[in-house]
Parts: sequence; C-alpha cells; structure tokens
Amino acid sequence: MTRTKASAAIVGPGNIGTDLMFKLIRRSEIIEPRYMVGVDPTSDGLTRARRLGLETSAGGVDWLLSRDELPDIVFEATSAKAHVANAPRYAEAGILAVDLTPAAVGPYLCPPVNLSFNLDATNVNMITCGGQATVPMVNAVSSVVPVPYAEIVASVSSRSAGPGTRANIDEFTETTAAAVEEIGGAERGKAIIILNPVEPPLMMRNSVFCAIPEEAGEPGALQDRILESIHAMVRNVQEYVAGYQLRSDPQFDPARPAWSGQARVFVPIEVRGSGDYLPDYAGNLDIITAAAARVGDLLVAHRLGTATSWKSTAELGDPASDTTAPEKAGV
Amino acid sequence: MTIRPEDLPVVGREVTETEVLEHVGSAGGPTDLRITDSTLRDGSHAMSHQFTEAQVRGVVSALDRAGVQVIEVSHGDGLGGSSFNYGFSLVDELDLIAAAVDEAARAKIAILMLPGLATVKHLKRAQAVGASVARIATHCTEADVSIQHFGEARSLGMETVGFLMLAHRASPEVLAENARTMVDAGAQCVYVVDSAGALVLSDAQERIQAVVDEIGRDGAQVGFHGHQNLSMGVANSVLAYQAGAKQIDGALCALGAGAGNSPTEVLAATFERLGIRTGVDLGEVLSAAEEVVRPFIPRLPWMDRSSITQGYAGVYSSFLLHAERAAERYAVPAHAILQRVGEHGYVGGQEDMIIDIALQLAEEQSLGDLAAVGVR
Repeated sequence: MTRTKASAAIVGPGNIGTDLMFKLIRRSEIIEPRYMVGVDPTSDGLTRARRLGLETSAGGVDWLLSRDELPDIVFEATSAKAHVANAPRYAEAGILAVDLTPAAVGPYLCPPVNLSFNLDATNVNMITCGGQATVPMVNAVSSVVPVPYAEIVASVSSRSAGPGTRANIDEFTETTAAAVEEIGGAERGKAIIILNPVEPPLMMRNSVFCAIPEEAGEPGALQDRILESIHAMVRNVQEYVAGYQLRSDPQFDPARPAWSGQARVFVPIEVRGSGDYLPDYAGNLDIITAAAARVGDLLVAHRLGTATSWKSTAELGDPASDTTAPEKAGV
Repeated sequence: MTIRPEDLPVVGREVTETEVLEHVGSAGGPTDLRITDSTLRDGSHAMSHQFTEAQVRGVVSALDRAGVQVIEVSHGDGLGGSSFNYGFSLVDELDLIAAAVDEAARAKIAILMLPGLATVKHLKRAQAVGASVARIATHCTEADVSIQHFGEARSLGMETVGFLMLAHRASPEVLAENARTMVDAGAQCVYVVDSAGALVLSDAQERIQAVVDEIGRDGAQVGFHGHQNLSMGVANSVLAYQAGAKQIDGALCALGAGAGNSPTEVLAATFERLGIRTGVDLGEVLSAAEEVVRPFIPRLPWMDRSSITQGYAGVYSSFLLHAERAAERYAVPAHAILQRVGEHGYVGGQEDMIIDIALQLAEEQSLGDLAAVGVR
C-alpha cells in the first residue's frame, strides 16, 4: 500500500512546539501531527495538543521511542543540549529529525536561500528565529557583492522568549553567526539578540548590517542591483511568512576608514506573526516554525515520492483574519 | 549555588604588613565600601570606543596609585561590543585588558559582558589575559539569560557581579526577584544600574533597599551604578550606601555615556567628608582625573538638552552619541529621537532602533512641511 501521509511527533510543547503544531495542521497535507511530548504534565502546549486529538505525554523522548508505531518525522523544539542527546536516538530509530534548536547537528536550512539541499538528509537544523529572519537578507546582498562582514541584531519581546531560548542564549548568537557566514555568504558573521519586556509587546525586529564595497555605498547601478535583490528576497520570504517586511528602505552609508574602507547597507526587518498560537508580536516564533513546517513537508514528500503539499501564504489567504480557526475546527 | 564567605569580595578586612609598607597616602586600608572605576568601560561610549593602549595604561596606573580596588576595562557595550551597531573599537579590547592587567599593581581588572551580545567564549578570553572580575549585565527584568554565564565565571575562579540595567524600568520587588536569580546563579554582588540616570533619590534608595533585603541575608553584596543625566549620580550613591550598598561605580571626570557617570573623584571626596572609608586617596584620584583623563577627553560629558532628556524619558545613556549621529544624517533633532526612544521603551543594545526613529521623524517632518504649504 502506498502511504500518502507521514506521522509526526513534536518534542517540546513550549511556544515554538505549539505554534508549529498549528502550522503543520494548517499548512501540510502530508504531515499528520500524531504525538506531542514534553516533561511537564501541566504544560499548556500538551493540553492544547490533546484537545486537537494528538497523543501526548510528559514522559519525554523515552515515551515517544517506546510507542509501537514510531513517528516518521520528529520536530525538536526543546533545547540545544536536549537535541544533541536525542539526535542519535532518532537516527537509530530511523526517524527524520527537523531541529528547531540551535544544536546544529544537521546542516543549516533557510527555505528562501537553500531549499535545494540534499533531500536524503536525516537531520536538518532550522538555525534560530533570528537566523531565519536575517540570513535571507545577508544572502540577498552577498549574491550581488562580496560581504566581508555581516552583523545582525534581533530584538524580540520578552514574552515570546521561552525558557529554552533564555538558557541557550550563547548558542543562539553562535549558531546565528555561523549561519550568517555559511548560508548568508558573509565572510565573517556576528549576531546579537535583545529581549525587550515593554508592554504592549514589541513586534519582532531585525537589523541586518552588511559591509559592502565602496562603490556600492554610492547611488548607482551596483546599489540598484543590491536593492532589487533585497526586494526579491523579501517577496520570497513572504511566500511562507506573510508578516515579513522591510520597516523602511535599506539605508546605504558611504565607505569609512573605521569600517576598513568598506561601505555599509542597513536593512531593517519587521516580522509580524500570523497569530497561530501566540499573538502577532511573536514573529520570531512564526518565522522559524513556518520554515520548519516548509522543510518538513519537503522532506516527507521526497520520502513518500509525492509532491510537496505545503501551502503558501497566498493559498492560505490572510492568516491574520483567522487566528483561532484550527482550534475551533477541532482538527 | 551557595556563597561561601571566602568567595566574597574583600571589603573591610584587616590590612597586612606588606600593604602597610606599600601604603601610599590614604590609599588602601580598611574600607566601608568599594569603588569600582568604569572610566575605561563606560567611558568608552564617550570616547566613541577609540581608547588607545597608552590612555588605558595611564588611567590604570593613576587609579591603582589612588587605591581604587577594581578597574573595569571593556568596549562600552561590554565584551564583543565592537560592531556596526555600537561602534568599532580602535584597539582590540583584549589588548586593552591585557595592558590594564600588566599596569595594575594592586587593583583587580574587571570586564563587563551582556549575554545576547557576548558569550562564554568572550569571557574565557578575557579571563585568560588576566581579568579577574566578571560583571554580567542584563536588562533589569531578564536576569535569567545570565545563568550560564555566572556559572562559567565562577568555575573560572572569577569574582562575579550582576548588573541589572535600566533599573528604573522595574519596581523594587521585581528588581529583587531578578537579583535573586543572579545570586542563585552565582553572582556575589548585584548592582542596581541606573543606565538612564533616571532614578531620583528615593527611587534609587527603595530599589537598593529591596535588593539588600532579598540577597543580603545570603552574604551577597549590593552595588549602585549611577549616571548624571539628572545630576543625581553622587547623591544616589550616598543614599545607596545608606541603604546597605557596599560597591559603588564611578568614572574619572564622569567619563561615560549620556551626561556621564558619578565622577569617581567626587565620590571619593563626598564619602570622605561623610567619614565613609573608600580606601581611595583623594589627592591622587583628583590628579588622575585632572592630569591623566581630562587632557585626552574630546568632549566632557555634560547635562545638555539631549542627556537631560535621556534622564527624564528613561533612555539608555549610551544612545546619546548614536542619536546625535542619526540626527545629523537625517536632519532631525537628537533630543526628539531620544524622547521617542523613551516612549517606545527600547532597552540597552537596541541602538539600531535609533535609525528607525530618525527615519520616522524625518518622514513626519517632511509630511509636516508639505502640510504647511497646503499639500494634503
């Protein structure tokens, strides 16, 4: 019998895991979330998952791997440390792993930049929320001019940063910086994350600074090509994250001696979440869960020998108008 | 993690014979509080991060001679701060830290780090070149991002200090909870940090008191870091001492972000007049300010329209020069940028938002200009 669907487990029922569950239900026809596991029986995410018909347990990965029917794919939304420990166990059980922690066991993936990866990979890494938001911009610039150095600043509301992110803040900056280099295409990368507790919560904001050749710092054809590349990349990201946008036009600064004679482009990005689980300020969750759902769908389609079923933003309609739909529908 | 008495910074101890023999003026000896000088860290903001090794050596040598026990050296935004967003350092901070360690005969060299910007790797490199005090800073409500860093600093054998920044943004109770988080993670002292120079007298004292009440019983100390935006740095420091703070920050000539820090030399003079022993020789610290630091300062920190706005609106002091630069580039007033930063509630590290606000103000200004000529 030809299988048409793959079963999925979400490990880690926190903000990211719960948001991802809603995304998979809405956006993929070939991935069926079946299990949600955590370690805290009182977790809100487990309760929600149970209400949506998933099998849940606070018994962690031990419980998951002792099921008679193992999932085909697991989405890890715990911590870098946990994924490093769990990854070999998933591999041994033959389960595909999409890693939403900064553990970086598998190759970095950012859908608008390197979706044409090796589809036989058994473990892939989604970098970080800040990486998903900024690496596309670094790549947009570095595909036009050499970028010897790129720096990103991700500002997220305190409420959207769960205990995993807080305990992992070094891994966040290191993994993001490495991805800015490896798939962003900068020779050297730096990443900074800021948590802001202001109420009402701030929308996720990202600033991307790239060092660019002197010529590109002045208005002209080269600068125009960089701008075109940035705008095209914004449209690519919008295909799966509707709320991704430039906050203002990219700002070019002419070369300075303090910048080793390089000029600079500054790209301010705002990410409004689609409100699948947390309110729209949590664009940081939205962008990484949307990317993970996209990549998971692609991996599963390859395994099942079917076409990718993943729905773009346009196909979904306006997600913001419809925030509680999955829950109400009792999918 | 429990704090053992031998882990505590030494304040008010008996002096050894060697120290008596090396005694210079009134420097050293038993103290009632410890002054940490941040000229070479907070002052880095006012210097646009252009400190030279010679300047660092001169300042360390003078402070050391004056009996200042802890000298902080780092990029203004802490380790790893050299960047587009905060400004690139002229000289690698590790070279500056190493020079300071080399120059200091008695003082300990401290570093500042902000988790989210600097990592444990930065901390280890600083420790490897001789820094022995780790000052670890978070926004005042986000102490839990520093837990791994305090653990690492302690296991490296460093003295640890927590920094709760923009302390005016949290109630005394919330500050106390965050101080507790830091102490449980391994902080031996927690500072109430008035990054915006926004605390006015009782605002500062209530916060210090709440933190002393929460962590003092574990033997952890409390510190205060003041700014002069509303001219309260020294007065708040005295109130902090009276509420139980044992560590106070200053900077020579107030060299620091915004309108500058509580001037170290004024702290020394004021505490001496109050009969509170700091171990700092007044004559030596006055000459350090006047003869060593003053000559190389391009612009003395001052309470002007922009920095007073920072204190009034509660804006992170290091935004000042960034706002001035954006003001020049986008032709909008710096104080208007800072006022709006306060309204939006941006926190330390969000210097990138200044460009954003400058662009918005410029747009509003041009719409206003159009409206003025009748365009709707």
